[in-house]
Amino acid sequence: MSDRVPFPMTKEMAEAERRPLKRRTFKNSSMVQLTLVRFREFIREPEAVFWTFIFPILLAAGLGIAFRQRGPDKVAVGVIATAPASAAVVQSLKKDSTLVVTTYDDSAAALALRTGKVAMLVVPGSATDSVRYVYDRGRADAVSARVLVDRDVQTGAGRADPVRATDTYVTEAGSRYIDFLIPGLLGMNLMGSSIWGLGFSIVTARSKKLLKRLMATPMSRAQYLFSYLCSRLVFLVLEVATLLGFGHYAFGVPLRGSLVTLGLICLLGAVGFGGLGLLTASRAKTTEAVSGIMNFIMLPMWIFSGVFFSSANFPHVVQPFIRLLPLTAVNDALRANMLEGASLAAVSPQLLVIIVWGLVTFFAALKLFRWR
Amino acid sequence: MTTMTSAIPALRVQGLRKSYSDVVAVDGLDLEVRAGECFGLLGPNGAGKTTTIEICEGLLTADSGSVEVLGRRWETDADDLRELLGIQLQDTQLSEKLTVDETLALFQSFYRDARDVGEVIDQVELGEKRYSRVGGLSGGQKQRLAVACALVGNPQLLFLDEPTTGLDPVSRRGLWDLIAKFQAEGKTIVLTTHYMEEAERLCDRVAIVDHGHVIALGAPQELIESVDVSHLPPPEPRKTSATLEDVFVSLTGRTLRDE
Repeated sequence: MSDRVPFPMTKEMAEAERRPLKRRTFKNSSMVQLTLVRFREFIREPEAVFWTFIFPILLAAGLGIAFRQRGPDKVAVGVIATAPASAAVVQSLKKDSTLVVTTYDDSAAALALRTGKVAMLVVPGSATDSVRYVYDRGRADAVSARVLVDRDVQTGAGRADPVRATDTYVTEAGSRYIDFLIPGLLGMNLMGSSIWGLGFSIVTARSKKLLKRLMATPMSRAQYLFSYLCSRLVFLVLEVATLLGFGHYAFGVPLRGSLVTLGLICLLGAVGFGGLGLLTASRAKTTEAVSGIMNFIMLPMWIFSGVFFSSANFPHVVQPFIRLLPLTAVNDALRANMLEGASLAAVSPQLLVIIVWGLVTFFAALKLFRWR
Repeated sequence: MTTMTSAIPALRVQGLRKSYSDVVAVDGLDLEVRAGECFGLLGPNGAGKTTTIEICEGLLTADSGSVEVLGRRWETDADDLRELLGIQLQDTQLSEKLTVDETLALFQSFYRDARDVGEVIDQVELGEKRYSRVGGLSGGQKQRLAVACALVGNPQLLFLDEPTTGLDPVSRRGLWDLIAKFQAEGKTIVLTTHYMEEAERLCDRVAIVDHGHVIALGAPQELIESVDVSHLPPPEPRKTSATLEDVFVSLTGRTLRDE
C-alpha cells in the first residue's frame, strides 16, 4: 500500500485537482447522445419501423380501395315471370340503368329474395293495372328499389311528371371515405407511436435495470426524458409526411388548411400523447404490464374517437366525454384543417384539450416516475 | 478496524440499517475502506452485500446509519459523487441494439471529466468489437463493457458487484488485470465476489458479511491464518493450510453459494 499514491482525500483538494470543464463538441453533449441512442434503437428495430411507417400506409391503401367511390349502386330486383302482365313490367324496368332485372318462377323467386340475391320481388297482377311489391322494409336497398321500380312501372304505364327535373352529378374530394380516414389514421398513428415509443422503450430500460444504471451516472433525468421527445419529433416529421403524402398523391385527399397549422396540430398531438406515454410507463416494471396499460388506454380511443367511423354515431349523452378524449381532439382538429380548411382559431378548442392532456399527464408522470 | 490513516477513508459506513417489507437486509453494518485499496465484500447470497453497495452508490437510501464516500455524503453532494464514482451493477443489461462504441460514447457524455472512449475500449480489450452490437457480445465481453462503462467517467472509486460471476477463467483473469491496473493508479476499488481465489488474489482486505453485518475483517492472509484447519468438516480433509474458503465456511457454516 505504501507505494501507492493516495488520491486527494478532502473535498477541497479533490476540487482543486479537478480539471476545468472539457469543451464538448455538439455530438459529445449528453442531450445529443441520448437522442442519438433513441434514434438508433428505433431504426434498428425493424418491427417498430414497420408499424410506424408501413402499416398505416397499407391500412390506408386497403381501406381506401375497399371503400372507393364507384359508379351509382345498382339495385337487383326480381320479377315473377308467370303473370300475364310480366312482359310489360320487365320492359319498363329494363330501361332503368340503375336496376338489374331478373325474371323468376315462383319458387326460385322466393329463394332469391330470402338469400338476398334481389332486394325486392315484383309480382305483376293478373291485369296491367295492379302490381305487388314484396320486400323487407328494414333494408335500405329494398326501400330504394321500391321507389325506383314504382317510378318506372308508373311511368311505363303512362304517368306524366308535372315537374321537369334535370340532374347534375358531382364527386367532391373531401367527402369520400378515404378523406375521412386519412386524418383519423394520422391521429391514431400520432397516438400509437408516442405511447408505444415512449412506454415500451422506458419500461424495457427499467426492466433490464438500465434505468438504474443510468441513475448512478451524473446524467440529467430531465434530459433523459427530453431525449424521447426529441427523437419523437424527428420521426413525427417522417410519419406525417409519408402518410399525408400517400393520401394526397395516391387518393387526392385534400389539404385545404394551412400546412403550418397542420404541423402545429401534429406537433401538439405528438407531445400531448408523449405525456400520456410517459404516464403509462411511469410505474410499470415489465413490458407485459405496460402493454396491458397501453391497450387499456388506446383501445377506447380507437373506438370512440372517430378513427374509422364518425364519433357522431355514439349516443348524444356521451358526446361531451368523447370530445374530451385527446384522440378525438386531434382527429377533429386534423379533419377541420385538412377537409374544411379551418383556421388556427377555429381548431383552438381542440388544441386546448390536447395541451391540457399533455400538461396533466406529463406532470403526473414526473410525480409517479419510478427511476429504478 | 485496524490502524487508522490520517487521510479521510475512501468509504466509511457506520451503523447501516436497511429493511425491506419482509426482511432485514442490512443490520448495523460498519465498514471502512482506505484510499487506494482493493476491498472485498464476501458473503452468501442474501447476506446484504448488494444492498450495502447500492446504498454506498446512492441508488438506495438507508433506514439509518451514515455513509461517507470520498469524504462526501449523498444527502448533500450527490451530483459531485456521481461524477467521482464508477459503478458496475450485478444485473444491468445494456442496450443490445447499440454498438460498444455507441454505448461508451453515451456514458462518456454524462461526465465532466471523462476519458477517451477508444482508450477505455483498448483498456478492456474490446478493440475488435468496437463497432459490434452489444447483443452479439459474449458474456465475458459484455461484462468487460460494463466495467468499461464504469471506467469511462474517470472515477476515483470503483464499485464492482460480482464482476466475474459466470465468466470463464480467461475472461476472469482479464478482469483481474483491469482491476489491478486501476488500483495501480492509486484509486480505490470495492468489489463483491463469490470466488475466494479472486478475493485472495485481488483484495488488500476483505470483510465477510452475513445476516447484514460484518462478521470478519482483515487481510485475506490474516483471516486464513486465524482458522484452525483440524476443525474443518469433511468431505475434503485439508492438507497443509486453510484457504479463504475455509474461513468463510467455518464462520458462516455455509458455502458461498448457499441461499
